[in-house]
Amino acid sequence: MKLRSVAVNVALATLAALTLFPLAWMVAASLMAPGETNVFPPPLLPHSATLANYRELFATAGIGRQIANSALIAACATVLSLVFNLGAGYAFAKLHFAGRDATFRTLLGALVIPGQVAMMPLFLMLKQLGLVNTYAGALVPWLASVFGIFLVRQYALSIPEELLEAARIDGAGELRIFTTIVLPLLTPIVVTLAVLTFLGAWNDFMWPLIVLTDRELQTLPVALAGLSREHVQDTELMMAGSVVTVLPVLALFLVLQRYYMQGLLMGSVKG
Amino acid sequence: MKRSYAGWIFVAPALIAMAVFFVVPVATALAMSFTDFDIYALADLANLRFVGFDNYGRLLHTPLFWQALLNTLYFVVLGVPLSIVASLGAALLLHSPLARLKAFYRTALFAPVVTTLVAVAIVWRYLLHPRYGWLNYMLAAFGIDPIDWLGDPHWAMPAIILLSVWKNFGYNMIILLAALQAVPTELYEAARIDGASAWRQLRDITLPALAPVLLLVSVLTMAGHFQLFAEPYVMTQGGPAQRTLTVLYFMYEEGFKWWSLGSASAVAFVLFAIMFTVTLLQLRVARYTEAR
Repeated sequence: MKLRSVAVNVALATLAALTLFPLAWMVAASLMAPGETNVFPPPLLPHSATLANYRELFATAGIGRQIANSALIAACATVLSLVFNLGAGYAFAKLHFAGRDATFRTLLGALVIPGQVAMMPLFLMLKQLGLVNTYAGALVPWLASVFGIFLVRQYALSIPEELLEAARIDGAGELRIFTTIVLPLLTPIVVTLAVLTFLGAWNDFMWPLIVLTDRELQTLPVALAGLSREHVQDTELMMAGSVVTVLPVLALFLVLQRYYMQGLLMGSVKG
Repeated sequence: MKRSYAGWIFVAPALIAMAVFFVVPVATALAMSFTDFDIYALADLANLRFVGFDNYGRLLHTPLFWQALLNTLYFVVLGVPLSIVASLGAALLLHSPLARLKAFYRTALFAPVVTTLVAVAIVWRYLLHPRYGWLNYMLAAFGIDPIDWLGDPHWAMPAIILLSVWKNFGYNMIILLAALQAVPTELYEAARIDGASAWRQLRDITLPALAPVLLLVSVLTMAGHFQLFAEPYVMTQGGPAQRTLTVLYFMYEEGFKWWSLGSASAVAFVLFAIMFTVTLLQLRVARYTEAR
Protein backbone atom coordinates (compact mmCIF):
# COMPACT_ATOMS: atom_id res chain seq x y z
CA MET A 1 0.00 0.00 0.00
CA LYS A 2 2.88 2.32 0.85
CA LEU A 3 4.35 1.72 -2.60
CA ARG A 4 1.08 2.63 -4.35
CA SER A 5 0.89 5.86 -2.40
CA VAL A 6 4.41 6.81 -3.46
CA ALA A 7 3.62 5.91 -7.08
CA VAL A 8 0.48 8.06 -7.18
CA ASN A 9 2.21 11.08 -5.67
CA VAL A 10 5.31 10.78 -7.81
CA ALA A 11 3.12 10.52 -10.91
CA LEU A 12 1.20 13.63 -9.90
CA ALA A 13 4.36 15.58 -9.13
CA THR A 14 5.89 14.60 -12.48
CA LEU A 15 2.74 15.53 -14.37
CA ALA A 16 2.51 18.88 -12.60
CA ALA A 17 6.21 19.60 -13.27
CA LEU A 18 5.81 18.81 -16.98
CA THR A 19 2.64 20.93 -17.15
CA LEU A 20 4.17 23.95 -15.42
CA PHE A 21 7.54 23.70 -17.17
CA PRO A 22 6.61 25.66 -20.33
CA LEU A 23 5.18 28.49 -18.20
CA ALA A 24 8.18 28.54 -15.85
CA TRP A 25 10.61 28.52 -18.76
CA MET A 26 8.66 31.35 -20.38
CA VAL A 27 9.26 33.50 -17.30
CA ALA A 28 12.92 32.46 -16.97
CA ALA A 29 13.71 33.08 -20.65
CA SER A 30 12.01 36.49 -20.53
CA LEU A 31 14.62 37.53 -17.95
CA MET A 32 17.61 36.35 -20.00
CA ALA A 33 19.92 38.59 -22.01
CA PRO A 34 19.20 38.67 -25.77
CA GLY A 35 20.60 35.53 -27.42
CA GLU A 36 21.12 33.70 -24.14
CA THR A 37 18.61 30.96 -25.00
CA ASN A 38 20.42 30.10 -28.24
CA VAL A 39 22.96 27.73 -26.77
CA PHE A 40 23.13 24.02 -26.24
CA PRO A 41 22.25 22.63 -23.76
CA PRO A 42 19.35 25.09 -23.28
CA PRO A 43 19.75 27.13 -20.08
CA LEU A 44 17.13 26.80 -17.37
CA LEU A 45 17.76 30.02 -15.46
CA PRO A 46 19.11 33.41 -16.58
CA HIS A 47 22.84 33.92 -16.01
CA SER A 48 22.02 37.30 -14.48
CA ALA A 49 18.36 38.29 -14.61
CA THR A 50 17.58 41.42 -16.63
CA LEU A 51 14.46 43.39 -17.43
CA ALA A 52 15.96 44.56 -20.75
CA ASN A 53 13.41 42.58 -22.80
CA TYR A 54 10.50 44.18 -20.98
CA ARG A 55 12.03 47.61 -21.47
CA GLU A 56 12.39 47.00 -25.19
CA LEU A 57 8.86 45.60 -25.37
CA PHE A 58 7.38 48.77 -23.89
CA ALA A 59 9.78 51.33 -25.34
CA THR A 60 10.39 50.05 -28.87
CA ALA A 61 7.44 47.77 -29.60
CA GLY A 62 5.00 49.97 -27.63
CA ILE A 63 3.18 47.03 -26.08
CA GLY A 64 1.63 49.30 -23.44
CA ARG A 65 -0.91 50.44 -26.00
CA GLN A 66 -1.98 46.85 -26.73
CA ILE A 67 -2.23 46.01 -23.04
CA ALA A 68 -4.61 48.94 -22.65
CA ASN A 69 -6.60 47.78 -25.71
CA SER A 70 -6.91 44.25 -24.35
CA ALA A 71 -7.91 45.45 -20.90
CA LEU A 72 -10.48 47.87 -22.30
CA ILE A 73 -12.02 45.37 -24.71
CA ALA A 74 -12.15 42.58 -22.12
CA ALA A 75 -13.68 44.91 -19.50
CA CYS A 76 -16.31 46.24 -21.92
CA ALA A 77 -17.10 42.72 -23.13
CA THR A 78 -17.65 41.69 -19.51
CA VAL A 79 -20.00 44.57 -18.75
CA LEU A 80 -21.94 44.08 -21.99
CA SER A 81 -22.27 40.35 -21.43
CA LEU A 82 -23.67 40.95 -17.93
CA VAL A 83 -26.11 43.59 -19.16
CA PHE A 84 -27.46 41.37 -21.93
CA ASN A 85 -27.38 37.94 -20.29
CA LEU A 86 -28.44 38.48 -16.67
CA GLY A 87 -31.98 39.68 -17.34
CA ALA A 88 -32.54 37.10 -20.07
CA GLY A 89 -31.21 34.22 -17.98
CA TYR A 90 -33.42 35.21 -15.06
CA ALA A 91 -36.50 35.58 -17.25
CA PHE A 92 -35.99 32.14 -18.83
CA ALA A 93 -35.82 30.64 -15.34
CA LYS A 94 -38.45 32.50 -13.38
CA LEU A 95 -40.84 34.59 -15.48
CA HIS A 96 -43.71 32.95 -17.31
CA PHE A 97 -44.38 34.10 -20.83
CA ALA A 98 -45.84 32.60 -23.97
CA GLY A 99 -43.23 30.72 -26.02
CA ARG A 100 -40.60 30.77 -23.27
CA ASP A 101 -39.59 27.13 -23.33
CA ALA A 102 -39.69 26.85 -27.12
CA THR A 103 -37.49 29.95 -27.41
CA PHE A 104 -35.00 28.58 -24.90
CA ARG A 105 -34.84 25.22 -26.70
CA THR A 106 -34.20 27.06 -29.98
CA LEU A 107 -31.33 28.97 -28.35
CA LEU A 108 -29.74 25.74 -27.12
CA GLY A 109 -30.16 24.25 -30.59
CA ALA A 110 -28.27 27.20 -32.08
CA LEU A 111 -25.18 26.08 -30.11
CA VAL A 112 -24.40 23.52 -32.83
CA ILE A 113 -23.60 26.31 -35.31
CA PRO A 114 -19.90 27.23 -35.08
CA GLY A 115 -19.44 30.97 -34.66
CA GLN A 116 -17.05 31.22 -37.60
CA VAL A 117 -19.96 30.69 -40.00
CA ALA A 118 -21.18 34.19 -39.15
CA MET A 119 -17.80 35.90 -39.54
CA MET A 120 -17.87 36.80 -43.24
CA PRO A 121 -21.29 38.55 -43.24
CA LEU A 122 -20.57 40.07 -39.83
CA PHE A 123 -17.44 41.65 -41.23
CA LEU A 124 -19.39 43.09 -44.18
CA MET A 125 -22.09 44.35 -41.85
CA LEU A 126 -19.55 46.13 -39.66
CA LYS A 127 -17.84 47.53 -42.75
CA GLN A 128 -21.16 49.07 -43.83
CA LEU A 129 -21.58 50.56 -40.35
CA GLY A 130 -18.00 51.88 -40.36
CA LEU A 131 -17.12 49.69 -37.37
CA VAL A 132 -14.21 47.75 -38.85
CA ASN A 133 -11.05 48.77 -37.00
CA THR A 134 -12.94 50.05 -33.96
CA TYR A 135 -13.30 48.73 -30.41
CA ALA A 136 -17.05 48.42 -31.04
CA GLY A 137 -16.37 46.03 -33.91
CA ALA A 138 -14.31 43.80 -31.65
CA LEU A 139 -17.04 43.83 -28.99
CA VAL A 140 -20.00 42.85 -31.16
CA PRO A 141 -19.69 39.06 -30.65
CA TRP A 142 -19.67 39.50 -26.85
CA LEU A 143 -23.09 41.13 -26.45
CA ALA A 144 -25.36 38.18 -25.71
CA SER A 145 -24.44 34.52 -25.63
CA VAL A 146 -26.43 31.31 -25.34
CA PHE A 147 -23.85 30.03 -22.88
CA GLY A 148 -24.19 33.11 -20.67
CA ILE A 149 -27.97 32.95 -20.67
CA PHE A 150 -27.87 29.23 -19.91
CA LEU A 151 -25.43 29.74 -17.03
CA VAL A 152 -27.58 32.44 -15.40
CA ARG A 153 -30.79 30.49 -15.98
CA GLN A 154 -29.44 27.33 -14.30
CA TYR A 155 -28.42 29.36 -11.28
CA ALA A 156 -31.62 31.43 -11.14
CA LEU A 157 -33.78 28.28 -11.10
CA SER A 158 -32.84 27.90 -7.42
CA ILE A 159 -34.40 31.24 -6.41
CA PRO A 160 -37.45 30.43 -4.25
CA GLU A 161 -40.73 31.28 -6.00
CA GLU A 162 -42.29 32.49 -2.72
CA LEU A 163 -39.76 35.29 -2.46
CA LEU A 164 -40.82 36.71 -5.83
CA GLU A 165 -44.54 36.16 -5.15
CA ALA A 166 -44.31 37.98 -1.81
CA ALA A 167 -42.74 40.98 -3.53
CA ARG A 168 -45.43 40.96 -6.21
CA ILE A 169 -48.18 40.93 -3.57
CA ASP A 170 -46.47 43.93 -2.00
CA GLY A 171 -46.97 45.63 -5.35
CA ALA A 172 -43.36 45.63 -6.58
CA GLY A 173 -42.89 45.82 -10.37
CA GLU A 174 -40.89 43.15 -12.20
CA LEU A 175 -37.92 45.48 -12.78
CA ARG A 176 -37.84 46.43 -9.09
CA ILE A 177 -37.96 42.77 -8.10
CA PHE A 178 -35.08 42.03 -10.47
CA THR A 179 -32.82 44.81 -9.25
CA THR A 180 -33.54 44.65 -5.50
CA ILE A 181 -34.24 40.95 -4.86
CA VAL A 182 -32.91 38.86 -7.74
CA LEU A 183 -29.58 40.55 -8.55
CA PRO A 184 -28.17 40.27 -5.00
CA LEU A 185 -29.06 36.58 -5.01
CA LEU A 186 -27.32 36.14 -8.37
CA THR A 187 -23.99 37.61 -7.16
CA PRO A 188 -21.99 34.34 -7.35
CA ILE A 189 -23.07 33.65 -10.93
CA VAL A 190 -22.44 37.29 -11.84
CA VAL A 191 -18.83 36.84 -10.75
CA THR A 192 -18.62 33.54 -12.62
CA LEU A 193 -19.99 34.98 -15.85
CA ALA A 194 -17.78 38.05 -15.48
CA VAL A 195 -14.55 36.10 -15.04
CA LEU A 196 -15.37 33.65 -17.86
CA THR A 197 -16.18 36.52 -20.23
CA PHE A 198 -13.14 38.56 -19.27
CA LEU A 199 -10.77 35.64 -19.82
CA GLY A 200 -12.56 34.65 -23.03
CA ALA A 201 -12.35 38.15 -24.48
CA TRP A 202 -8.73 38.64 -23.38
CA ASN A 203 -7.62 35.34 -24.95
CA ASP A 204 -9.77 35.59 -28.10
CA PHE A 205 -7.81 35.60 -31.34
CA MET A 206 -9.60 34.98 -34.63
CA TRP A 207 -12.23 37.71 -34.57
CA PRO A 208 -9.91 40.49 -33.30
CA LEU A 209 -7.39 39.37 -35.94
CA ILE A 210 -10.01 39.91 -38.64
CA VAL A 211 -11.62 43.09 -37.40
CA LEU A 212 -8.64 44.99 -35.92
CA THR A 213 -6.00 45.59 -38.62
CA ASP A 214 -4.68 48.85 -37.23
CA ARG A 215 -1.79 48.16 -34.87
CA GLU A 216 -2.85 50.96 -32.53
CA LEU A 217 -6.14 49.18 -31.88
CA GLN A 218 -4.99 45.57 -31.73
CA THR A 219 -5.34 43.35 -28.69
CA LEU A 220 -2.33 41.60 -27.13
CA PRO A 221 -2.76 38.18 -28.83
CA VAL A 222 -3.11 39.77 -32.29
CA ALA A 223 -0.15 42.11 -31.75
CA LEU A 224 1.91 39.28 -30.29
CA ALA A 225 1.22 37.05 -33.31
CA GLY A 226 2.35 39.87 -35.59
CA LEU A 227 5.41 40.62 -33.46
CA SER A 228 6.43 36.95 -33.43
CA ARG A 229 6.56 36.94 -37.23
CA GLU A 230 8.87 39.97 -37.27
CA HIS A 231 11.05 38.83 -34.36
CA VAL A 232 11.40 35.09 -34.98
CA GLN A 233 14.97 35.06 -33.65
CA ASP A 234 14.33 37.23 -30.58
CA THR A 235 13.33 34.42 -28.25
CA GLU A 236 13.81 36.38 -25.03
CA LEU A 237 11.83 39.38 -26.28
CA MET A 238 8.95 37.15 -27.40
CA MET A 239 8.94 35.40 -24.02
CA ALA A 240 8.58 38.77 -22.31
CA GLY A 241 5.64 39.48 -24.60
CA SER A 242 4.09 36.13 -23.71
CA VAL A 243 4.52 36.78 -19.98
CA VAL A 244 2.83 40.16 -20.28
CA THR A 245 -0.08 38.50 -22.12
CA VAL A 246 -0.52 35.44 -19.93
CA LEU A 247 0.20 36.82 -16.46
CA PRO A 248 -2.87 39.07 -16.02
CA VAL A 249 -5.35 36.31 -16.87
CA LEU A 250 -3.48 33.69 -14.88
CA ALA A 251 -3.51 35.98 -11.84
CA LEU A 252 -7.20 36.75 -12.28
CA PHE A 253 -7.93 33.04 -12.51
CA LEU A 254 -5.96 32.24 -9.37
CA VAL A 255 -7.89 34.85 -7.40
CA LEU A 256 -11.33 33.86 -8.70
CA GLN A 257 -10.69 30.17 -9.27
CA ARG A 258 -13.73 28.98 -7.32
CA TYR A 259 -16.11 30.98 -9.51
CA TYR A 260 -14.37 29.94 -12.72
CA MET A 261 -14.58 26.24 -11.88
CA GLN A 262 -18.24 26.57 -10.94
CA GLY A 263 -19.00 28.05 -14.33
CA LEU A 264 -17.02 25.36 -16.10
CA LEU A 265 -18.90 22.58 -14.33
CA MET A 266 -22.33 24.18 -14.72
CA GLY A 267 -21.69 24.79 -18.40
CA SER A 268 -20.82 21.22 -19.21
CA VAL A 269 -21.91 18.57 -16.73
CA LYS A 270 -25.37 19.92 -16.09
CA GLY A 271 -25.73 20.84 -19.74
CA MET B 1 -50.90 38.96 -18.89
CA LYS B 2 -48.72 41.69 -17.43
CA ARG B 3 -46.05 39.22 -16.39
CA SER B 4 -46.04 37.65 -19.82
CA TYR B 5 -45.22 41.08 -21.20
CA ALA B 6 -42.45 41.56 -18.61
CA GLY B 7 -40.75 38.28 -19.53
CA TRP B 8 -40.40 39.27 -23.16
CA ILE B 9 -38.97 42.65 -22.19
CA PHE B 10 -36.29 40.93 -20.10
CA VAL B 11 -35.22 38.61 -22.91
CA ALA B 12 -35.68 41.07 -25.78
CA PRO B 13 -32.25 42.80 -25.66
CA ALA B 14 -30.41 39.47 -25.75
CA LEU B 15 -32.64 38.00 -28.45
CA ILE B 16 -32.36 41.10 -30.63
CA ALA B 17 -28.56 41.17 -30.25
CA MET B 18 -28.33 37.51 -31.20
CA ALA B 19 -30.72 37.94 -34.12
CA VAL B 20 -28.80 40.91 -35.55
CA PHE B 21 -25.26 39.70 -34.92
CA PHE B 22 -25.66 35.94 -35.30
CA VAL B 23 -28.87 34.69 -36.92
CA VAL B 24 -28.89 37.24 -39.74
CA PRO B 25 -25.14 36.74 -40.47
CA VAL B 26 -25.54 32.94 -40.51
CA ALA B 27 -28.48 33.18 -42.93
CA THR B 28 -26.55 35.69 -45.02
CA ALA B 29 -23.52 33.41 -45.05
CA LEU B 30 -25.68 30.62 -46.46
CA ALA B 31 -26.95 32.97 -49.19
CA MET B 32 -23.42 34.27 -49.83
CA SER B 33 -22.10 30.75 -50.31
CA PHE B 34 -24.25 30.58 -53.47
CA THR B 35 -22.73 33.79 -54.89
CA ASP B 36 -19.34 34.76 -56.30
CA PHE B 37 -18.86 37.43 -53.61
CA ASP B 38 -15.26 38.59 -54.11
CA ILE B 39 -13.11 41.70 -53.95
CA TYR B 40 -15.07 43.26 -56.86
CA ALA B 41 -18.37 42.75 -55.08
CA LEU B 42 -16.75 44.20 -51.98
CA ALA B 43 -16.15 47.41 -53.95
CA ASP B 44 -19.53 47.44 -55.70
CA LEU B 45 -22.42 45.07 -54.98
CA ALA B 46 -23.53 45.33 -58.62
CA ASN B 47 -20.71 42.87 -59.41
CA LEU B 48 -22.37 40.16 -57.31
CA ARG B 49 -23.70 37.13 -59.18
CA PHE B 50 -25.67 34.07 -58.14
CA VAL B 51 -23.64 30.97 -58.99
CA GLY B 52 -25.66 28.14 -57.42
CA PHE B 53 -23.50 25.35 -56.05
CA ASP B 54 -20.38 26.45 -57.96
CA ASN B 55 -18.45 27.38 -54.79
CA TYR B 56 -19.11 23.96 -53.30
CA GLY B 57 -18.32 22.21 -56.55
CA ARG B 58 -15.06 24.08 -56.96
CA LEU B 59 -13.99 23.21 -53.40
CA LEU B 60 -14.29 19.53 -54.28
CA HIS B 61 -11.83 20.13 -57.10
CA THR B 62 -9.39 22.16 -54.99
CA PRO B 63 -6.55 19.90 -53.79
CA LEU B 64 -5.58 22.44 -51.09
CA PHE B 65 -9.06 22.23 -49.56
CA TRP B 66 -8.82 18.43 -49.43
CA GLN B 67 -5.40 18.78 -47.84
CA ALA B 68 -6.88 21.14 -45.22
CA LEU B 69 -9.74 18.71 -44.57
CA LEU B 70 -7.35 15.81 -44.23
CA ASN B 71 -5.08 17.76 -41.85
CA THR B 72 -8.07 18.74 -39.72
CA LEU B 73 -9.31 15.14 -39.56
CA TYR B 74 -5.81 13.98 -38.60
CA PHE B 75 -5.78 16.52 -35.77
CA VAL B 76 -9.25 15.42 -34.60
CA VAL B 77 -8.75 11.66 -34.89
CA LEU B 78 -5.42 11.66 -33.06
CA GLY B 79 -5.85 14.71 -30.83
CA VAL B 80 -9.27 14.06 -29.30
CA PRO B 81 -8.58 10.54 -27.92
CA LEU B 82 -5.11 11.59 -26.67
CA SER B 83 -6.57 14.62 -24.98
CA ILE B 84 -9.34 12.64 -23.28
CA VAL B 85 -6.98 9.87 -22.16
CA ALA B 86 -4.68 12.50 -20.63
CA SER B 87 -7.66 14.15 -18.90
CA LEU B 88 -8.91 10.83 -17.58
CA GLY B 89 -5.48 9.79 -16.34
CA ALA B 90 -4.97 13.08 -14.52
CA ALA B 91 -8.49 12.96 -13.06
CA LEU B 92 -7.96 9.39 -11.78
CA LEU B 93 -4.67 10.41 -10.14
CA LEU B 94 -6.28 13.45 -8.52
CA HIS B 95 -9.23 11.38 -7.36
CA SER B 96 -7.05 8.73 -5.73
CA PRO B 97 -7.44 8.74 -1.91
CA LEU B 98 -3.66 8.31 -1.75
CA ALA B 99 -2.97 11.64 -3.48
CA ARG B 100 -1.74 14.56 -1.38
CA LEU B 101 -1.78 18.32 -2.08
CA LYS B 102 -4.83 17.80 -4.29
CA ALA B 103 -5.86 21.46 -4.45
CA PHE B 104 -2.37 22.49 -5.57
CA TYR B 105 -2.11 19.80 -8.24
CA ARG B 106 -5.60 20.55 -9.51
CA THR B 107 -4.72 24.22 -10.03
CA ALA B 108 -1.29 23.42 -11.50
CA LEU B 109 -2.68 20.96 -14.03
CA PHE B 110 -5.51 23.32 -14.95
CA ALA B 111 -3.30 26.42 -15.40
CA PRO B 112 -2.60 25.97 -19.15
CA VAL B 113 -6.35 26.11 -19.88
CA VAL B 114 -6.63 29.76 -18.82
CA THR B 115 -3.47 30.89 -20.57
CA THR B 116 -3.61 32.83 -23.84
CA LEU B 117 -3.34 30.40 -26.75
CA VAL B 118 -1.30 32.73 -28.96
CA ALA B 119 1.24 33.38 -26.18
CA VAL B 120 1.76 29.73 -25.24
CA ALA B 121 1.93 28.72 -28.90
CA ILE B 122 4.87 31.11 -29.22
CA VAL B 123 6.45 29.60 -26.09
CA TRP B 124 6.07 26.12 -27.55
CA ARG B 125 7.56 27.22 -30.84
CA TYR B 126 10.81 27.79 -28.96
CA LEU B 127 10.47 24.65 -26.80
CA LEU B 128 10.18 22.73 -30.08
CA HIS B 129 13.26 24.36 -31.62
CA PRO B 130 15.32 21.59 -33.28
CA ARG B 131 18.67 22.74 -31.82
CA TYR B 132 18.00 24.81 -28.70
CA GLY B 133 14.57 23.50 -27.74
CA TRP B 134 13.92 21.76 -24.44
CA LEU B 135 11.82 18.96 -25.93
CA ASN B 136 14.65 17.60 -28.08
CA TYR B 137 17.04 18.07 -25.15
CA MET B 138 14.80 15.95 -22.90
CA LEU B 139 14.28 13.34 -25.63
CA ALA B 140 18.05 13.10 -26.06
CA ALA B 141 18.19 11.77 -22.52
CA PHE B 142 16.22 8.78 -23.83
CA GLY B 143 18.58 8.42 -26.79
CA ILE B 144 16.17 9.96 -29.31
CA ASP B 145 17.75 11.97 -32.13
CA PRO B 146 16.73 15.63 -32.57
CA ILE B 147 13.45 16.08 -34.44
CA ASP B 148 12.73 19.15 -36.55
CA TRP B 149 9.25 19.40 -35.05
CA LEU B 150 7.85 22.37 -36.93
CA GLY B 151 10.02 22.06 -40.01
CA ASP B 152 9.35 18.43 -40.91
CA PRO B 153 6.01 17.83 -42.70
CA HIS B 154 5.55 14.57 -40.79
CA TRP B 155 6.14 16.06 -37.35
CA ALA B 156 4.46 19.46 -37.56
CA MET B 157 0.92 18.24 -36.86
CA PRO B 158 2.00 15.86 -34.05
CA ALA B 159 3.81 18.85 -32.49
CA ILE B 160 0.61 20.89 -32.63
CA ILE B 161 -1.29 17.97 -31.10
CA LEU B 162 1.26 17.92 -28.27
CA LEU B 163 0.69 21.62 -27.58
CA SER B 164 -3.07 21.14 -27.81
CA VAL B 165 -3.11 18.24 -25.33
CA TRP B 166 -0.93 20.23 -22.90
CA LYS B 167 -3.16 23.29 -23.26
CA ASN B 168 -6.55 21.57 -22.98
CA PHE B 169 -6.39 18.39 -20.89
CA GLY B 170 -7.06 20.30 -17.66
CA TYR B 171 -10.51 21.32 -18.84
CA ASN B 172 -11.90 17.81 -19.27
CA MET B 173 -9.92 16.71 -16.21
CA ILE B 174 -12.06 18.98 -14.01
CA ILE B 175 -15.29 17.68 -15.56
CA LEU B 176 -14.22 14.04 -15.23
CA LEU B 177 -13.01 14.64 -11.67
CA ALA B 178 -16.46 15.95 -10.72
CA ALA B 179 -18.03 12.89 -12.33
CA LEU B 180 -15.65 10.56 -10.46
CA GLN B 181 -16.60 12.17 -7.17
CA ALA B 182 -20.25 11.41 -7.94
CA VAL B 183 -19.70 7.64 -8.29
CA PRO B 184 -21.11 5.97 -5.13
CA THR B 185 -18.26 4.71 -2.94
CA GLU B 186 -20.29 1.66 -1.88
CA LEU B 187 -19.72 0.22 -5.34
CA TYR B 188 -15.96 0.22 -4.77
CA GLU B 189 -16.30 -1.17 -1.25
CA ALA B 190 -18.41 -4.06 -2.52
CA ALA B 191 -15.87 -4.71 -5.28
CA ARG B 192 -12.98 -4.71 -2.80
CA ILE B 193 -14.80 -7.22 -0.58
CA ASP B 194 -15.21 -9.38 -3.67
CA GLY B 195 -11.44 -9.05 -4.21
CA ALA B 196 -11.65 -7.16 -7.52
CA SER B 197 -8.32 -5.71 -8.71
CA ALA B 198 -7.83 -1.97 -9.31
CA TRP B 199 -7.94 -2.60 -13.06
CA ARG B 200 -11.24 -4.54 -12.79
CA GLN B 201 -12.71 -1.75 -10.66
CA LEU B 202 -11.72 0.80 -13.30
CA ARG B 203 -13.16 -1.29 -16.13
CA ASP B 204 -16.35 -2.52 -14.47
CA ILE B 205 -17.32 0.36 -12.18
CA THR B 206 -15.53 3.61 -13.02
CA LEU B 207 -15.69 3.64 -16.81
CA PRO B 208 -19.37 2.56 -17.07
CA ALA B 209 -20.28 5.20 -14.48
CA LEU B 210 -18.37 7.83 -16.46
CA ALA B 211 -19.83 6.81 -19.84
CA PRO B 212 -22.39 9.64 -20.16
CA VAL B 213 -19.83 12.29 -19.15
CA LEU B 214 -17.20 10.78 -21.45
CA LEU B 215 -19.67 11.05 -24.32
CA LEU B 216 -20.40 14.69 -23.51
CA VAL B 217 -16.71 15.48 -23.15
CA SER B 218 -15.84 13.81 -26.44
CA VAL B 219 -18.62 15.67 -28.30
CA LEU B 220 -17.42 19.03 -26.95
CA THR B 221 -13.73 18.26 -27.44
CA MET B 222 -14.31 17.13 -31.00
CA ALA B 223 -16.22 20.33 -31.83
CA GLY B 224 -13.33 22.37 -30.43
CA HIS B 225 -10.72 20.38 -32.37
CA PHE B 226 -12.50 20.92 -35.68
CA GLN B 227 -11.95 24.65 -35.15
CA LEU B 228 -8.15 24.54 -35.07
CA PHE B 229 -6.74 27.85 -36.26
CA ALA B 230 -4.55 29.91 -33.92
CA GLU B 231 -1.89 27.22 -33.30
CA PRO B 232 -0.92 26.74 -36.96
CA TYR B 233 -1.35 30.47 -37.62
CA VAL B 234 1.26 31.27 -34.99
CA MET B 235 3.55 28.24 -35.14
CA THR B 236 3.73 27.11 -38.76
CA GLN B 237 1.58 29.43 -40.89
CA GLY B 238 -0.01 26.30 -42.31
CA GLY B 239 3.31 24.76 -43.38
CA PRO B 240 5.56 22.93 -43.87
CA ALA B 241 4.24 21.70 -47.23
CA GLN B 242 0.75 22.79 -46.12
CA ARG B 243 0.63 19.94 -43.61
CA THR B 244 -0.85 22.08 -40.84
CA LEU B 245 -3.27 24.08 -42.96
CA THR B 246 -6.71 23.46 -41.42
CA VAL B 247 -10.21 24.01 -42.77
CA LEU B 248 -10.65 27.14 -40.68
CA TYR B 249 -7.24 28.45 -41.74
CA PHE B 250 -8.25 27.81 -45.37
CA MET B 251 -11.50 29.71 -44.75
CA TYR B 252 -9.59 32.61 -43.18
CA GLU B 253 -7.27 32.88 -46.17
CA GLU B 254 -10.09 32.56 -48.72
CA GLY B 255 -12.16 35.18 -46.93
CA PHE B 256 -9.80 37.67 -45.40
CA LYS B 257 -6.62 37.33 -47.44
CA TRP B 258 -8.08 36.83 -50.94
CA TRP B 259 -11.46 38.40 -50.12
CA SER B 260 -13.38 35.53 -51.75
CA LEU B 261 -16.12 35.82 -49.15
CA GLY B 262 -18.59 33.68 -51.12
CA SER B 263 -16.17 30.80 -51.32
CA ALA B 264 -15.15 31.26 -47.66
CA SER B 265 -18.82 31.02 -46.64
CA ALA B 266 -19.10 27.75 -48.52
CA VAL B 267 -16.05 26.45 -46.63
CA ALA B 268 -17.68 27.46 -43.34
CA PHE B 269 -20.84 25.55 -44.19
CA VAL B 270 -18.92 22.46 -45.26
CA LEU B 271 -17.13 22.53 -41.89
CA PHE B 272 -20.45 22.99 -40.09
CA ALA B 273 -21.98 20.06 -42.00
CA ILE B 274 -19.04 17.79 -41.15
CA MET B 275 -19.11 18.74 -37.46
CA PHE B 276 -22.86 18.20 -37.33
CA THR B 277 -22.62 14.78 -38.99
CA VAL B 278 -19.79 13.61 -36.75
CA THR B 279 -21.68 14.70 -33.62
CA LEU B 280 -24.83 12.86 -34.73
CA LEU B 281 -22.71 9.80 -35.47
CA GLN B 282 -21.17 9.94 -32.00
CA LEU B 283 -24.58 10.15 -30.34
CA ARG B 284 -25.88 7.30 -32.53
CA VAL B 285 -22.93 5.06 -31.65
CA ALA B 286 -23.33 5.91 -27.97
CA ARG B 287 -27.01 5.00 -28.02
CA TYR B 288 -26.21 1.76 -29.84
CA THR B 289 -23.56 0.66 -27.35
CA GLU B 290 -25.80 1.66 -24.47
CA ALA B 291 -28.63 -0.48 -25.81
CA ARG B 292 -26.42 -3.56 -26.01
